[in-house]
Amino acid sequence: MKKSDLPQDKSDLVNFTREVCYVKNENGKYEAELSSGWDVKTDALNSAWLDIENRIEEAKNLFLSGEASPIEYYMELKLMDYTVLAGYTGFWKWQIKKHKNPKTFNTLNDRKLQKYASAFGVTLIELKKPSF
Amino acid sequence: MENFKHIQTAHCENGVTVSLLKHNGVEFMTEPLAFGLGSGLFYIHIPFMKVNNGPAISFRTMPGAIFKRTCKSLDIKVERKKFKSKIEAQFFLNEKLNEGIPVGCQVGVFHLNYFPKAYRFHFNAHNLIVFGQEDGKYLISDPVMETTTTLFPEELEKVRFAQGALAPKGQLYFPKTIGDITEERLRNAINKGIKRNCRDMLHIPGGIAGVKGINYTANKIRGWRDKLGERQAALYLGQIVRMQEEIGTGGGGFRFLYAAFLDEASEILGNDKLLNISDQLTKSGDLWRDSALQMSGIYKGRLTSQKDYDDCASLLNEISNVEKEAFKQLSKIVIK
Repeated sequence: MKKSDLPQDKSDLVNFTREVCYVKNENGKYEAELSSGWDVKTDALNSAWLDIENRIEEAKNLFLSGEASPIEYYMELKLMDYTVLAGYTGFWKWQIKKHKNPKTFNTLNDRKLQKYASAFGVTLIELKKPSF
Repeated sequence: MENFKHIQTAHCENGVTVSLLKHNGVEFMTEPLAFGLGSGLFYIHIPFMKVNNGPAISFRTMPGAIFKRTCKSLDIKVERKKFKSKIEAQFFLNEKLNEGIPVGCQVGVFHLNYFPKAYRFHFNAHNLIVFGQEDGKYLISDPVMETTTTLFPEELEKVRFAQGALAPKGQLYFPKTIGDITEERLRNAINKGIKRNCRDMLHIPGGIAGVKGINYTANKIRGWRDKLGERQAALYLGQIVRMQEEIGTGGGGFRFLYAAFLDEASEILGNDKLLNISDQLTKSGDLWRDSALQMSGIYKGRLTSQKDYDDCASLLNEISNVEKEAFKQLSKIVIK
């Protein structure tokens, strides 16, 4: 890529940082140059976030219709997979899967629920009754 | 530490390597050189595995390898430590800082407050340098940031003990003893870095790594539209572009960075043949950028037909050929 071709588009990096890219200067030598962003990848990031928002919305609806416990919702909201959540709570993945069932979730004591609350960074009350 | 100098680089691990080595007197170290000595260029598409609900693809070698290999090839001894206890992890860090040693730390990005929110996924192989304490905060040199920043002890603890795949477990590392690095040793190190990279790109068995891996992805892309539906298929393409171009790659999936390394290597070794290979890697990087542009047409909804997916795949096949040729020629160049 030529130095003159390096995109300087607006991105989420604005006000945080600019990124180093390697480009060829006028003399055909490589040098490091700062870029504020490139629309092509900003669009990729945006479409990934749009998908995440859809997933959160689906999980929210599953909770509201009583088909899933709040764990499903908070996992999507906090972008967590089973490995991440198991790491933070100390539960096994299969336990978490069970706890996604509202019936099982309602039998959990506060000590166990607190582990989830801490992992998601919410209070016990928020965990039991998410506010949307 | 008054004499610590923050250096911004494209990739975090290259950056930590460059900064720590320069701080310890290895003045000639640059990001392309660290990347090349560490045989950083790679391609792999791991089947049956998902990352953030998309395909698991990487354009570089595994986390930690660049620092390790670069140091080893220059005969630099490294101390690396993981911790079970958070208290011990902090104690050890403070001890090193008091001794005046800047320390590289592996961290998770999700709780890294100074990152833009849109970039904060549960990605645990980020690297930064802690180089001191001031007013109850740690001084942080994050290589992808333009300037230094700070973290409160509890914030640093959180990112050092992030959970999930590649959990850092408080891991820290720093160069311990550095001997005299002769020109002979540097030449050998470059040679070894190049040879290992040729092996990784050309000769890993199975069809998912190196230049063959790129064709594997191309074949997958041809089937994604039918198999996954347009919405999911577009997201998968977006994931490829992000792995390829997101902050840290220097553009074109690290290909420009490797081309820059070959330029430097050519100068150090006095071998003009490497410049020609560098040009081929530049071409490959440009083609990766073209394919990103083509893919963006799909995830933006402008392109929707099967032919558009086939065009992406054909570009990847072309890239695979360019890189295969480049590394074949590279492996035949006798470096002295």
